[in-house]
This record gives sequence, C-alpha cells and structure tokens, in this order.
Amino acid sequence: MTAAVSNLALEVVNLKKAFGGLTVTQDVSLAVRPGERRLIIGPNGAGKTTLFNQISGDLRPNSGLIRLFGADITQLPPYRRAHAGLSRTYQIITLFAGDTLEHNVMLGLLGLRPSRWQMWRPISFYGDLATEARRTLDTVGLLHLAAHPISDIAYGEKRRVELAMALGQKPRVLLLDEPLAGLSNTERSTVKSLIASIPRETTVIMIEHDMDTALDLAETVTLLNYGRVIVEGERDAVIADERTREVYLGT
Amino acid sequence: MKWFAIAVIAASLLLPPFLAGDFYINLASQILIAAIFALSLNLLVGFGGMTSLGHASYLGVAAYISALLTSRYGFGHGSAAVISIAGAVVMAAFFGIIALRATGLGFLMITLALSQVLWGLAYRMSNVTNGDNGIAGLTRPAPFGISLDRPASFYWFVLIVAAFAFLMMAIFVSSAFGSSLKGVRDQPRRMAALGFNPWLIRWITFIYAGFWGGVSGLLYVYYHKYIHPTSLSTTSSAEALLGVIAGGSGTLGGPIVGAAVVLLIKNYASAYVERWNMLLGLVFLFIVLVMPAGIVPGVSRLTATMRRSPQ
Repeated sequence: MTAAVSNLALEVVNLKKAFGGLTVTQDVSLAVRPGERRLIIGPNGAGKTTLFNQISGDLRPNSGLIRLFGADITQLPPYRRAHAGLSRTYQIITLFAGDTLEHNVMLGLLGLRPSRWQMWRPISFYGDLATEARRTLDTVGLLHLAAHPISDIAYGEKRRVELAMALGQKPRVLLLDEPLAGLSNTERSTVKSLIASIPRETTVIMIEHDMDTALDLAETVTLLNYGRVIVEGERDAVIADERTREVYLGT
Repeated sequence: MKWFAIAVIAASLLLPPFLAGDFYINLASQILIAAIFALSLNLLVGFGGMTSLGHASYLGVAAYISALLTSRYGFGHGSAAVISIAGAVVMAAFFGIIALRATGLGFLMITLALSQVLWGLAYRMSNVTNGDNGIAGLTRPAPFGISLDRPASFYWFVLIVAAFAFLMMAIFVSSAFGSSLKGVRDQPRRMAALGFNPWLIRWITFIYAGFWGGVSGLLYVYYHKYIHPTSLSTTSSAEALLGVIAGGSGTLGGPIVGAAVVLLIKNYASAYVERWNMLLGLVFLFIVLVMPAGIVPGVSRLTATMRRSPQ
C-alpha cells in the first residue's frame, strides 16, 4: 500500500475518460479537503457531469485514480461508494414518481441500512424509518407533503426531495449536480439556504451554472473547460483570474 | 363495497367443494395452482421488471424431480418435496446468474433459451424422463395420513398452500426488500447511487420466484399424477406470462385473475372450439386493447370512475 494517510475528503488524480474518439475528461485532478464547499464551473460540455459520474461510479474512467478519505474507490461499484459515505443528486430529476415523498426519502435511508434485505415484514412496520424520513423532509420544508406522490408536487419541490434523499444519508461527501437548475427566484433562495445549512461534517462539491447564487455558497472554485482544469483556487482568486473571464464569464 | 368484495372472494374460494361437482372442484384446484405459478412469475415481471419466458423451468424441474424420486427411487413424498423445491431453487440460482448478465430483451431471450434446453433434455433423455411418454402412475401425498385423492380434499390442500403462498408473496413485495426491488425496476442507477446492489436484488428475487415456481410444480404433479415435457415448454411459460399481463402485472390480484381466465378458456372453450388457442389470443387482444394495464387495474379504475360520477 503506497497511499500515505490522506487528509483529503476526495482526491481525483489524472482522471481520463473518452467515449470513442471524444475525450470528455482529458486529465483532471482535484483535491477537496474535509468540510470544504467546492464549486465546479465550466461551459456546457466541459465535462462536469461526466466527472461526477466517474466519482459516483456510474462511469468508469479509462485511467486515473479516485480516493475517498484516502481509500481508493476507482474500481468500486456505485453502491459500495454510497456505503463509503458518498451521496449525489442528479441534474435530471430521478425520483420514484408513483411513490410518496416519504417513501422516496425512506429508500434513501434504507440504502445504507442492513434492513433493506428484510423480506418477511412489511416496510410500514419500520416506524423509525418513516419517522426519520419525515424529519428529513421537515428540514427541507416539505413535511406537509410527505404523504403525496412525487407526481403531485411542483418541480422546485422535487429538487428539494432530491436533496432530502441525499441529506438523509448523512453523507461524508455530497455531490450536487445543478441543484438550482430550473428554479424560480423564491425556490432558489430556499434551496440556497438549505445548502448553506448542510453541516460541516459533509463535504459539498457542487456543479452550478447560476453564478450569483452558487458563488455565495462556495469557498473554492474549479473551472473546467474541454475536460481540463483551467483554474482552481479560492473563490475570489478564481473569479478575478483572467482565464476565468476568458472561458466562462465572458467580456 | 370493500366488504362485499371480500365476501365474494371468500365465497368463491370456500364454496366450490360444497356446491360444485368434481369437474369444477378440479378446475378450481388447477386455477389455484396456476395462480401460484403466475404470482411467482409476477415477482419477476411486474415487481422486478424482468420479463421471463422461461419460468416453466422451475415448475417442470420440481415436478420431474418429485415424480422421479417417488416413482423410481422409492422416496417418500415429504423428502421428495423438499429435494424437488431445493432443486428448483438451485436451478433458479444458476439460471439467474446467466440470465441476469442481461436486462430487457436479452434477459427474455436467455430465459427462453435456458428453458428450451431443459425441455429438450426432458424430451430426449428418455432413459431418465421417459421422453414423450411422460412419467405416469404417480401418487398424491397424504399429509398427516389424510388422503388427497378425492377432489375436495385435494382442493383444500391446494387452497391452504395457495393462501400461504399469496400471503408470503404479498409480504415480500410490501417489505423493505420489495421496495428495493421496485426501486431497481424503476431507477436502477439511482438505486445503486443510494447504496443498493441492483444485481443482487434481482438475483435474490429470481431465486425466490424460482422457489414458488417449484412449489406450484409440486402441486401440479400431485394434481395430474403425471408429468410430460410440455410442462417445461415455452407454451407453458407463455401461458403464465399471458395470464400475468392480462390480469395486471405488478398487482397482487392480477396474476390470479389472469391465470383463472387462461384456464377457464382452456378448459371450457376447448370442449366446444377446436382452435381454443385462437380464442385465447382474441380474448387477450381484447383485454390489451380495452384495459392496457390488465383486468385488475382496469376494473378498479372503472369502479373508481363510477363511484365519482353521481348516480
């Protein structure tokens, strides 16, 4: 074992991913400290979601390493990464439309518990699971809709259920893929304060296009373009950087 | 309304032995056996999103093992039953590993191919299976010394097993594991990201469905006292799948209703119409056109609309 004891929450080393001839991740390295709030920005097609998919295990990189709290997770299937403390939300909402909000959040809780293998008792017998799901829904302000099916609620509320599913798992590292996409101004500020209230035990890495809101939440920023890290560092330094203006902010 | 429905169901299950003649009691037994089989297939098709065209394998294998052990090797019914079901379970575990390398159409084709292999073996390995002649002269078990040779007593036996099977499968789909299964059916990627192992969930379900398929196979061979390679055929798998889809896949009542429809047409219509398969096809077409989700969801939607509209 070569890995020295790492004090990083997430470490990505020389990650490469190509789809046929199209290289989406050229050579990406990231180092995120525990508790950090990292914002990943970049124009469309920069490879942001592809990077997330490799970190969460939905895609396997062609080469490179991914470490979670020092442990190499590059070859682990997604569910093992979830058990190692990694949670994510999706840019495109992927909830269980026919089920209630409570049931959706319960699935998130169940995913990390041994009781998910239980076959001889109806799920409704697990009072603690439902109670905790409701508590989590309360933190995102949706307790009053707990018994409604997902198909009944508004888009902005679905975004918050996505967040509740991930937060209920109390992840050590949370990947948020455009949590503010498509939200109205009011909803945006709700979700923003929600993200701001995530405890520091959770490291947050977020992809977001809405710079006005997202920059307030971030401490550090990584700018990707064409599958490469262009600029990285403290928020203000990255914003002030000439290359950032060139690539992203426009002049 | 709800109590009325429960009363009707209870009456239709409990009354046949008292009111009906042997032909109808036997028909009711067959329907219950087919219902267990369809319910087990529905775990895969409806709740797991795994459409299998080879489910007859587990029915057939359990039936053949039981037939061989009791008729040729002198086993008692008790130990033969345990070994038969264990055989179906082991087979499901093995077939599951192969079939679950694929999903969707690929999965369907693999299950079909595997069941064809078994069917071919049953046909050709005539020194073991007696080939096309089948194995005849089998007996029914006599649990606690009660003979099951009379149609009514056999019906009660099947009813008890069927009620237990229904209860177990109903609990299974409403359990935490059942929720995971439905989640994996709808959003496998999301479920994996939440910490669920989609492959393992599907495989365990496949084995569990094989278990109940094996139970229905035992009842099947007890009922007929005879086993023939057709029990392993694609037709046998397809008939059950037809029942599941016609009745309403992913519901608990659907496969029972569907299995009953298929068997009634098969038994009744074949007495009058030579091409009863054609009639079955037409009925199926009608159901799919009028109630695409199946009879049970279709009827419950219909009653819901009727209740909402003022008299």
